[in-house]
Amino acid sequence: MKLIKLACLMMAFLLSSYSFADTLMTFSSELNQTRFQSLAKELRCPKCQNQDLADSQAGIAKDLRIQIHEMIEQGKTDQEIVDYMVARYGDFVLYRPKYSAATSILWVGPAAFLIIGLVVFAGVVYRNKKRRAGKAL
Amino acid sequence: MIPEIGHFALILALFFSLCLSVVPLIGYWQKNRVLLHTARPLTYLMSFFVLVSFLVLALSFMTDDFSVLYVSQNSNSQLPIWYKFSALWGGHEGSLLLWILILSGWSSAVALKSVSLPKDVGPVVLSVLGMVSLGFLSFMLFTSSPFVRALPDAPLDGRDLNPLLQDIGLIIHPPMLYMGYVGFSVAFAFAIAALITGNLNASWARWTRPWTSLSWAFLTLGITLGSWWAYYELGWGGWWFWDPVENASFMPWLAGTALVHSLAVTEKRGVFKSWTVLLAIFTFSLSLLGTFLVRSGVLTSVHAFAADPTRGIYILMLLVILIGGSLLLYGLRASQVRASATFGVTGREAWLLLNNILLTVLTLTVLLGTLYPLIFDVLGLGRISVGAPYFNTVFSPIALLLIVFMAIGPFSKWHHTKASLLLNAILLPAVLAIVVAGLLSYVYALGMMAWLTLSVALWSALLIAKDWFVKVSAGTKGIIPRARQLPRNYYGMMIAHLGMVVTLIGILLVSTSSHESTVKLSPGESVSFAGYDFHFDGISHLKGPNYLADRGVISVSKNGDFVALLQPEKRFYSTSRQIMTEAGLDAGFTRDLYVSLGEKLSGEAWGIRLYVKAFVRWIWLGGLMMMCGGLLSALDKRYRKTVRGNNA
Amino acid sequence: MRKLLVFLPFIVFIGLGSVLYKQLGTNPEYMPSALIGKPVPDFKLVSLQTDTVQDQTSLPKQAYLLNFWATWCPTCEMEHAYLRTLAKQGIPIVGIDYKDDKHKAQQWLATRGNPYQWVLTDELGKFGVDMGVTGAPETFVVNSKGIIVYRYQGALDDRVWQEMKGYLK
Repeated sequence: MKLIKLACLMMAFLLSSYSFADTLMTFSSELNQTRFQSLAKELRCPKCQNQDLADSQAGIAKDLRIQIHEMIEQGKTDQEIVDYMVARYGDFVLYRPKYSAATSILWVGPAAFLIIGLVVFAGVVYRNKKRRAGKAL
Repeated sequence: MIPEIGHFALILALFFSLCLSVVPLIGYWQKNRVLLHTARPLTYLMSFFVLVSFLVLALSFMTDDFSVLYVSQNSNSQLPIWYKFSALWGGHEGSLLLWILILSGWSSAVALKSVSLPKDVGPVVLSVLGMVSLGFLSFMLFTSSPFVRALPDAPLDGRDLNPLLQDIGLIIHPPMLYMGYVGFSVAFAFAIAALITGNLNASWARWTRPWTSLSWAFLTLGITLGSWWAYYELGWGGWWFWDPVENASFMPWLAGTALVHSLAVTEKRGVFKSWTVLLAIFTFSLSLLGTFLVRSGVLTSVHAFAADPTRGIYILMLLVILIGGSLLLYGLRASQVRASATFGVTGREAWLLLNNILLTVLTLTVLLGTLYPLIFDVLGLGRISVGAPYFNTVFSPIALLLIVFMAIGPFSKWHHTKASLLLNAILLPAVLAIVVAGLLSYVYALGMMAWLTLSVALWSALLIAKDWFVKVSAGTKGIIPRARQLPRNYYGMMIAHLGMVVTLIGILLVSTSSHESTVKLSPGESVSFAGYDFHFDGISHLKGPNYLADRGVISVSKNGDFVALLQPEKRFYSTSRQIMTEAGLDAGFTRDLYVSLGEKLSGEAWGIRLYVKAFVRWIWLGGLMMMCGGLLSALDKRYRKTVRGNNA
Repeated sequence: MRKLLVFLPFIVFIGLGSVLYKQLGTNPEYMPSALIGKPVPDFKLVSLQTDTVQDQTSLPKQAYLLNFWATWCPTCEMEHAYLRTLAKQGIPIVGIDYKDDKHKAQQWLATRGNPYQWVLTDELGKFGVDMGVTGAPETFVVNSKGIIVYRYQGALDDRVWQEMKGYLK
């Protein structure tokens, strides 16, 4: 099943002359490092097939990692960093879509399914009870 | 000449599948026994010719016949022999042929077993399977034949198999996955046959159950292998990415899990009949949808096949005919079904209904997340991504709830369970689990969510053990004879449920207690990380059969004692000009040490990614246990007995 | 009610089928630029030709193309000839030498000809990030009001230009 389209990895390696080596990042605090790791997992590499920034070897992913690192160390909040990325690359880079009228179904859907499911359950059980009562008579 | 034989065999297979889809059905409606009896020989003939074309393609691969376009695109003379064989399913055309081969394998197995089915059921089931084959065979012949020649300018050598696929995990992963979700076609065919013949009683559930359990076991194995492969081969240490293609195999699994359970209720108690039929259709439809998503080029994924809109149109048509047709048939027939049996609020039926509802909710959630970007785009709202952070947020709570019910369910009795009895049975283990999990989370500083999850896991495990113990200690006979008397079906359930718990623990601990870091090391340097000392001995260069590699040598020790020698590689595949990273791994029961080679930095120094993955093996161990559970229940003696009994 | 309910799966599936149908044949990798309708972001970049720092004010006042290129990019090589024909037609093109080596870039322009009015160097790719660039080549159309109106990822050619030139005003 997994015939892999390698475009992303290929790009990364064939063009490795262009990408600056991932400079090893140092963080002023453990919290900053955790923030970096979780942000890199929340954001999608805009050039790749379907990879987050943390996993991608593409040049642009490295640039954006460096950007995130810088912004964290400058004391920017997570929200500011996310807004920065969205302003440049669009909502596409968010792996967790922002809540809006257009994404409401996505966010409310699972809870709605669950509620509908529980109502159906109650309904089936209730009808069964009625039928049982009918049989008992 | 030889590839043409393969092509011709496919045409013959198509012809026989056409006959199979039509003739037995005419026989059914005209009550013509002769026509009904053609179903089995037609199935064998079709399967035989599919097998012939598969073998011909395999031969073309083995003999490096690069005049065959597909071979030249997916193989190379330098490729080791076993990869030459597995390269057969490395691309769209060949993997489709494998898909069809497995479908005809299942069809033949049903044909073999159909002797014991009522006279008019077997042929109709085979005929439905024939229709599915017809659809896929024509798809292959008209849009994606693997036997197309690259003549007259046949290349001297092939373009080589994608390096990511040159791996043992990928030799067995696709066949297992296909065995699973193609296997659901059997349940589907039984369901459709039940709708056609109007025989919607509990017997169809009994015939279907072992087939479904078996397919489910294969699918479980396939997904487990896929996850394991992604873990060590992609080089990022992740084991599940919520990639659309992973979801495409996960959705049939979720629906199939629901189906396995609802078939049990329908068989034993004759309730939820029309729901079970719908679920069988739903499960196979999701398999087909997955096939469509992977092969039509509508979404971006690291795992998708090259896009081709004409193929997309063809599969979509196939989907509309097969799924749309079945759902329409369902709509027309299902309203006639009336439930006869009843059950109480605390009966096992109710618990299993809850199980089905939650699994359906989970399936729909994954479906929603996977397709939402497509819907969004079609509505002109722009491009969005739905990825792991979304799925983890919405999926986990519902899944945890499901596991709570999984733990309670087996304690209930069919029809009705006394609430006080049930409560007594589960209360003490619950207290015990919460206390132990609390202690563990406190000692290892895991946090609230981990405490909750761990409690559920421990509690489920305790309940499973308790249930078994209660069962074997009842009665006068000794424990061992009692234990041996319990049906395989029961052990199947027990092991599968335990597997679920093991996987849950693995998922929990790998996400809470793992460590990762990127370091810069020159040969001779050491770094201490997560309690281990990683010493970088240096880099050696080596030559593989079709690649060149830099191999890092890293020795790991703990408190001065040697632990493991890790050898991550960076390979350069010369034919396809691709670079792959191979992780260096030391697998362990409670932790994996995982090292991958980054880039060469200044001088002799390399960037190296280090991971310590806690309990990651448990995820796949649980998967294997679930598979064993599925196999055990598929092999329950009862099916053989009752099927024969039915025939008499 | 129940009669309707049993047809629900069929109806949902047909809806889903039409979504999938509409999606067929579209390019799943196409990504619209987030900067459409916005002005070119502020920058301070060094000119490749004059070695001086340039900012917004040096950009052309009429509509123009903003082209990201680099010497490490094989597709840019393919595109170069077409850019030159556009330049000959009098279309103003501003080049951004993206994450590149200055000397190589100068050499490239010397040997292949220079289609650009200005070439600015974006050595670290910071301006590229501000423009939402993911690689090279990428070309933006900026209208006479200084607003970005179109973006194309990949090499320009006749086919692309047919659609693109409509935006250039």
